[in-house]
Amino acid sequence: MVSCGVSQGLPGFSSPDDKGNWTGLDVDVCRAIAAAIFNDPTKVKFVPLSAKDRFTALQSGEIDVLSRNTTWTLSRDTSLGANFTGVTYYDGQGFIVKKALKVNSALELNSASVCVQTGTTTEQNLADYFKGNNMKYEVIAFATADETVKAYESGRCDVFTTDVSGLYAERLKFSNPADHVVLPEVISKEPLGPMVRHGDDQWFDIVKWTLFAMVSAEEMGVTQKNADEMAKSDKPELKRAFGTDGNLGEQLGLTKDWFGRIIKAVGNYGETFDRNVGAGSKLQIGRGLNNLWNKGGLQYAPPIR
Amino acid sequence: MAMTIEPREPPTQFAFRLKRALGGRAGWNGFAFQIVLVAVLVWLGYEIVANARANLETQRITSGFGFLKNTAGFDVNQSLISYSGSDSYTRVFFVGLLNTLLVSVIGIFFATVIGFLVALGRLSPNWLLSRVAGAYVELVRNLPVLFQMLFWYLAVLAALPNPRQSISIFGSFFLSNRGLVVPRPIGEPGFEPFALAVVVAIAVALGLRYYARRQLFENGQVIRVWPYVVGALIGLPLLSVLVFGLPVIFEVPALKGFNFSGGTRVIPEFVALTLALSTYTAAFIAEIVRAGIQSVHKGQMEAGASLGISRGTTLRLIVVPQAMRVILPPLTNQYLNLTKNSSLAVAIGYPDLVSVFAGTTLSQTGQAIEIIGMTMGVYLTFSLITSALMSIYGWRISRSMGA
Repeated sequence: MVSCGVSQGLPGFSSPDDKGNWTGLDVDVCRAIAAAIFNDPTKVKFVPLSAKDRFTALQSGEIDVLSRNTTWTLSRDTSLGANFTGVTYYDGQGFIVKKALKVNSALELNSASVCVQTGTTTEQNLADYFKGNNMKYEVIAFATADETVKAYESGRCDVFTTDVSGLYAERLKFSNPADHVVLPEVISKEPLGPMVRHGDDQWFDIVKWTLFAMVSAEEMGVTQKNADEMAKSDKPELKRAFGTDGNLGEQLGLTKDWFGRIIKAVGNYGETFDRNVGAGSKLQIGRGLNNLWNKGGLQYAPPIR
Repeated sequence: MAMTIEPREPPTQFAFRLKRALGGRAGWNGFAFQIVLVAVLVWLGYEIVANARANLETQRITSGFGFLKNTAGFDVNQSLISYSGSDSYTRVFFVGLLNTLLVSVIGIFFATVIGFLVALGRLSPNWLLSRVAGAYVELVRNLPVLFQMLFWYLAVLAALPNPRQSISIFGSFFLSNRGLVVPRPIGEPGFEPFALAVVVAIAVALGLRYYARRQLFENGQVIRVWPYVVGALIGLPLLSVLVFGLPVIFEVPALKGFNFSGGTRVIPEFVALTLALSTYTAAFIAEIVRAGIQSVHKGQMEAGASLGISRGTTLRLIVVPQAMRVILPPLTNQYLNLTKNSSLAVAIGYPDLVSVFAGTTLSQTGQAIEIIGMTMGVYLTFSLITSALMSIYGWRISRSMGA
């Protein structure tokens, strides 16, 4: 079993449905890891964690991998005894306000009350942004995302701020989503990615290359549906990936067919994106920065060879 | 055969006492056992610390207290000392500590007042009053305090209008879902004479009370001093205002943008937290006080009546002092509980120590052991100080009872 730390319910990234099945982009990364190791994407135990508990859970060994919309920063990479393995989603912090306030830009938010979730990079970005633009504000910090949203909806705050993807996701939970508008400003860089503990480099490699495998599959046009066909292809890069030529999977400490296992279980990066946050989901977020490098985005995987 | 009476050897008092003190009934064996026990405890403690240190080092997790000097970089919406995002984590620690202290002290005050009132209500011969007080106790103490906090917070917020439609009282107090904004006093030249007048008035009042008590105890004379006390407390400050002018002027808040600027604000998180903690703890205190009063034999009340002392005076001078001895220890427990329960504040966004220090600071620095250790140290210190104060008070009460 892979023990995987996820959020307490952020649609599109990690949230349980009414039957307790977890879905989302972060969830699929964990399923892909389980598929690569056990050839069974269900061999994952999901551990819901609040923003402030997540690193302690990873440090203490309660979870094997933290896949919980976590921003990669220098201090987190160096002082927590853990490593980021890659970027699953390029995000940035934004603001959502009620349409009735008739605010069109974050620069009009002087003297506003702002609700945030505590234990995130959000609080510091917020302080930097308002200070940098010489604006005053009041911050009210809550322990969980649900409490934060409830306070915003009840009128305690004028603004709710978190990562833009999170704003779209939380807006789905509002009683009247159409009454709220996401402001155009994106005030920070938030590259979200999985984390593993120091001290097990092989595990670090497996988690890192699972994500690269998903991105590479999209580059090479391998999908969940055509994976079996593509495995028989004569193209050298496909033969290397599927393990019909060489033993790259074994070098990772996995089996030769690791690549095929991942793609057959969760699909390539683009499919996962569409299904959870993109066109095929309720969130309807565009690919933007998360498109492949050769299509104008930032998603890029080192070669599998 | 001659009987010789030899003096008996004096018992080895000192050695015996030492043996008893060190080893208890088991003697020297017990002493050896205690040494072994202490050694094991020390070894366990050492292993725990050494193990944690080694693990932190192998995982390359930063440790130590160096982070306290770093810039916090986030803001807090209520602070008793001046604070901005460019201050250090040490300052955040004290901001959180003072916010926790504030809510605890005010919560304890209101819990005690409400608790005593409800207890008196429950003991009252008035049927309706005693039933209402009983219902209050049974309802409030049987619901989890976290739900009561969320209830007060969301209920209070839901009922209040937004700042633009806030309820205005005399055009200077404004109540909205951002809290209660009140005019802020700003010191004027007349402030120092005013403060001096207040201090003198209090000293005069205390002096009069002391004089009255001495007259009572030494000569058995009851003299009325309260008209002079009230006169001093109101008259002296009033005189200073007439001579030196107003001590303060008030900065009236005004709506500016999304919120009020100027004035002082009581945030709704603070109100909800204090309300929930004090009403919850008051239910327990009410039961403790009731038990304490009922533990005093009713003959005491009758004795008072037979001496011709009024019911109120009997309660005040005879029953309550005896009840206090029973009330005090469990009352201390409730005070400690209230302080510890205040750590639930983060659920409703009140910036207490757990929220700003063991929450935001912890997740920004990742130094769980140091931060949780410091936070536990604070609660431990608060609790020990509270118990110490209550012990001193209890000691004074039992002494004044005269054996």
